[in-house]
Amino acid sequence: MTNQIIQAILLGGYYALIACGLSFMFSIMKIINLAHGSLLVLSSYLFWWLADSYAISPFYSLSIVIPIMMMIGWALQEFLLQKSARGGELLPILTTFGLAIVLENLLFEYFGADTRSLAPYIGDLSWESWQILTDIYVGKTSVYILLSAISLLASLQLFMQKTAMGRQIRATAHDPDTAGLIGINARKASAIAAAIALGTIAISGLAMSIRGVFDAYSGGPQLLFAFEVTIIGGMGSLWGVLLGGIVLAMAQTIGASIHPQGFLIGGHVIFFVILLARLYMANSVIAIRIKKVFGGLR
Amino acid sequence: MTALEINSLDVRHGQLKAVRSISFSIEKGEVVALIGANGAGKTTLLRAIAGAHKLTSGSILLKGIDITDLAAHQRVAAGLALVPEGRKLFTDMTTQENLQLGATVSRAGGWSVDKIFEIFPNLQRHRHAKTGNMSGGEQQATAIGRALMSNPEVLILDEVSLGLSPLVVDQVYASLATLIQTGTTIILVEQDLSRAMKVASRAICMLEGEIVLDKKMSEVSREQITDAYFGLAKIKNIAVEQ
Repeated sequence: MTNQIIQAILLGGYYALIACGLSFMFSIMKIINLAHGSLLVLSSYLFWWLADSYAISPFYSLSIVIPIMMMIGWALQEFLLQKSARGGELLPILTTFGLAIVLENLLFEYFGADTRSLAPYIGDLSWESWQILTDIYVGKTSVYILLSAISLLASLQLFMQKTAMGRQIRATAHDPDTAGLIGINARKASAIAAAIALGTIAISGLAMSIRGVFDAYSGGPQLLFAFEVTIIGGMGSLWGVLLGGIVLAMAQTIGASIHPQGFLIGGHVIFFVILLARLYMANSVIAIRIKKVFGGLR
Repeated sequence: MTALEINSLDVRHGQLKAVRSISFSIEKGEVVALIGANGAGKTTLLRAIAGAHKLTSGSILLKGIDITDLAAHQRVAAGLALVPEGRKLFTDMTTQENLQLGATVSRAGGWSVDKIFEIFPNLQRHRHAKTGNMSGGEQQATAIGRALMSNPEVLILDEVSLGLSPLVVDQVYASLATLIQTGTTIILVEQDLSRAMKVASRAICMLEGEIVLDKKMSEVSREQITDAYFGLAKIKNIAVEQ
């Protein structure tokens, strides 16, 4: 049981890491990025390509892939999302949905149907583990992934709270019209926010491809988990993402211990329960009172 | 020296012509009260000047420089600040954060967060509180402070005292008086006529998107302004002609 809880927390760290970019875009730019999974796979392929063709260690190529993904994020916002956001709330969702399909099929055409993994390129790290109790072992990669999730969420939180740019991004998210009136370049702030979101996707792409295998169509399940984490953790709260990841992983673990095929179902059940609870709570008197008391804590 | 010059400005809301070929120019240091009923086009005019609303035609010059094609944030950088109607604070941020945001364009000048707290001492205790929970007067003070943080040369205040208690309005105007002494050019919308007449040096009255009266406060009577406000001046003129 202890082992299951520990492994679930580690898995939760991974879920939090892949949900980071989606949650950031959702809370800051009010865009549900359905291309999140495909962009994640794209960054995985970038890592794989650099390792396979140029023998660059995936950890070194972070310094190449993160800037590339950030530039993609900036370009997406500047040339695609910004224009589609003018067409109402639904259009960005459709745009990113279309983008996901285009990306997946381009990747499939270029890289083929073979599944890939970065595990062969990181040496012993891929299977090494620490013994923390007599019969409990934790994989080193899983621990590193959890730690990077925590430090990524913490630095995003700090950036948003403490820096002038973070304030400008928050102000733009709150009211782009007024942001412009007080001298904020709302367009630039949104583009930077998108760049940051895609930068975090690069990190999650690395995490996905060193802990498992991927192909061009691996984005779907990742998007689903990221989305469930975002909803469970509460939209707009970065620490909620970590909590959401752990809750989802716990539910999946419990599901799997009930029935061998209960892993995914366990996750979906907790997602729907929390979604319905949120919808119900949103209109109830208790929720409004709770918000009044705890509203400032977020 | 001309601070702001507006040339035959036309602004539409879809089919509706909200502002019809309005022209005026304001000298540096002038305090202009923009007076008019609801729907006269005041807010639309001010938002168009600040760059939040697209013009149909016309041009806007700030200190002789054409700013017609600049985006709102570039106009702030050029020295124009608008305190929007309804204050429009970033309510989930603290007072200090709101003020800091106002300094985004970093124009040279004397305003700082501490200086704002000096002229609005009642904000001091809310420094690290979210602005969403503050009273209307405190929110208005924060909104004015936020605009001042960009060190504007022309400050536009839309509906300064809307929804505020008379006591708070007094406080807001007391701090505006300090501002006026520093030579800042101000355009303000004020529904309380006696207050507008006291603080402003010039009155511009709007009716149905047009200027119906534009005179120095010293040369205009309360009755003339009221007539302009309700559109009675036109009717009276017609009556005289007949």
